[in-house]
Amino acid sequence: MSCKNPPHLNPSVFIIFFCVIILHMENIAVKAVNLNRTYKKGHQVTEALKGLSLEIQKGELFGVLGRNGAGKTTFLKILSTLLYPTSGQAWVDGWDVVKESHKVREIINLVTGGENSGYGILNLRENLWMFSQFYGLPSREAFKRIDYYLERFNLADKAKTRVSALSSGMKQKMGLIRGLLNDPKVLFLDEPTIGLDVESAREIRSFLKEWMKDSDRTTILTTHYMFEAEELSHRLAIIEGGQIVALGTPDELKSLAGKEPFYELTLKGLPLTYSFNLEGINLVTRRDENGMSILTIKLEEDSLLSVLLQNINSIGGNLVFLKKKEPTLEDAFVSLVGRGIDEAGK
Amino acid sequence: MKDKSLKPALQFYKKIMLELRAIRGRAYVRVTAIRRDLILLPFQVVLPVLGVAAYIYLYRFLGAPPQFGTLVLIGGVMTTYWLNILWSMASQLYWERMTGNLELYFLMPASKMSILLGMAVGGMYMSTVRALGTLLLGLVIFRLPIVVNNPLMVIVLFILSLSALYGMGMLMSSIFLVWGREAWHLSNLFQEPIYLLSGFYFPVKSLGYTLAMIASFIPVTLALDGMRQLLMPGGEKMGFIPVWQSIAVLSAMAVLFPLLAYYGLAYMERLAKRAGRITTRWQ
Repeated sequence: MSCKNPPHLNPSVFIIFFCVIILHMENIAVKAVNLNRTYKKGHQVTEALKGLSLEIQKGELFGVLGRNGAGKTTFLKILSTLLYPTSGQAWVDGWDVVKESHKVREIINLVTGGENSGYGILNLRENLWMFSQFYGLPSREAFKRIDYYLERFNLADKAKTRVSALSSGMKQKMGLIRGLLNDPKVLFLDEPTIGLDVESAREIRSFLKEWMKDSDRTTILTTHYMFEAEELSHRLAIIEGGQIVALGTPDELKSLAGKEPFYELTLKGLPLTYSFNLEGINLVTRRDENGMSILTIKLEEDSLLSVLLQNINSIGGNLVFLKKKEPTLEDAFVSLVGRGIDEAGK
Repeated sequence: MKDKSLKPALQFYKKIMLELRAIRGRAYVRVTAIRRDLILLPFQVVLPVLGVAAYIYLYRFLGAPPQFGTLVLIGGVMTTYWLNILWSMASQLYWERMTGNLELYFLMPASKMSILLGMAVGGMYMSTVRALGTLLLGLVIFRLPIVVNNPLMVIVLFILSLSALYGMGMLMSSIFLVWGREAWHLSNLFQEPIYLLSGFYFPVKSLGYTLAMIASFIPVTLALDGMRQLLMPGGEKMGFIPVWQSIAVLSAMAVLFPLLAYYGLAYMERLAKRAGRITTRWQ
């Protein structure tokens, strides 16, 4: 069958279209398409990832939030070539994580919180040098980088201390330095500040912000700490049950929790059985401690507050403290997932 | 810039340097360990001497010629290597998994074979320092006779023995990972029976042809048999097979075992990624 009057196709449109696609692809650090991962143990089957698709741009510090067992670590392990997906595909800097894993390994690194790697018989500097050798770094360059990072993380005076004598916080910093030695294009951080003291955690966050100023670097961070995710991440994904339930900038996610302000009420004498069956009033969280009940509530309009307080008074409850709060990332998380981040997964 | 644009020769050079550095890096841990724990060295040298002393006195009591003492001492020296292979090679990847290092090894661009080779090189150095100390101390204390008529042959046999032995250690290392927590028991299982089967304290010939033949699948059997023939006065009379045959078999083992280790590790890596268990601690 021939077409007498074919529509006029302008080749320049195609060229522009392909250029846009190529430029877009060039700018992608991580891409996952329909990733699934199933674990089998005996007859028990766990679906850790269910059709997860995602694109992370170069230069992004991308946060992944989720409860324990939500699939965050599985996602990182697939991207860092430690695990095969059951189905689906993923690329890091254009390299397929399954078929071209050797290429991916040259440009990535992974740091896990609470890491206890290395050998206690070696000192800190030697241990880091040893790891640098597995990336083929010439010794001179390796020591230059090691000394810089030891200075940067206030560990220079511990350079000659055996790893076995370092505190867990120092070992954790050592783990982070190990992850930076090959100057990875894509760095995976799996709860890097977990268990660290406030000062050290702050130091790491401040370093990451500085490190990310090089636009060619990409970091994917999983964390339990909402303020950390909010402070560091350009964009965030909330994962629940192996799926992305929300994706966006911290502000975008906060807005998903609703524009209505939250109120935090500290009450005395509120019965444990009290239920909020009032129209326009939503209970977000309730915590009972030391004879007090701390409630976070969301009101459709401010005038409903007096209705609520009257209702509470009528059943013997007394208001001790009242605070109006703007929605936080945690509120957004609770609102999207239905539970707090510290509540156990399935 | 991706390496796709690099010339093949440059890529090859980078790859070779990466693997050589990885071997050096991993071997460094063991080389340093013996230097740092120098205080342990006298014990590591003296204890094997005490271990062989009972057999030396027994042979003396039975009126056996003095070279039987040399036979036992050579067995004691080789024990050092065998123990190193069992506890610092075969079980090593299992320990690495427990500490979380294995996950990092799977994450790095260097080949896992280079990591194992680094362990082997470091282990050889570590064990040779101890074994030499044991040999010298034993010779001096018990005044045992030793002959070196063909030093080149001794060196060739020794190098091939270590290559085959550590090649076997590399293979066992990947296999032991499958058994997880049982690695410790497996090492125990391979200790005493091998002392018996390989003839650590007696000529393996005395086990009879069939059993000695079966025992020859373990490189330490042929290594011991060959060493005794080359270093003991009249040792050739106690030999199970001629030294050149031991050298030929050990050469084949030195190639075969690392090759099998390579495929074993590749299989383990695939399994690890599929099952998601090997790189996880405490499973």
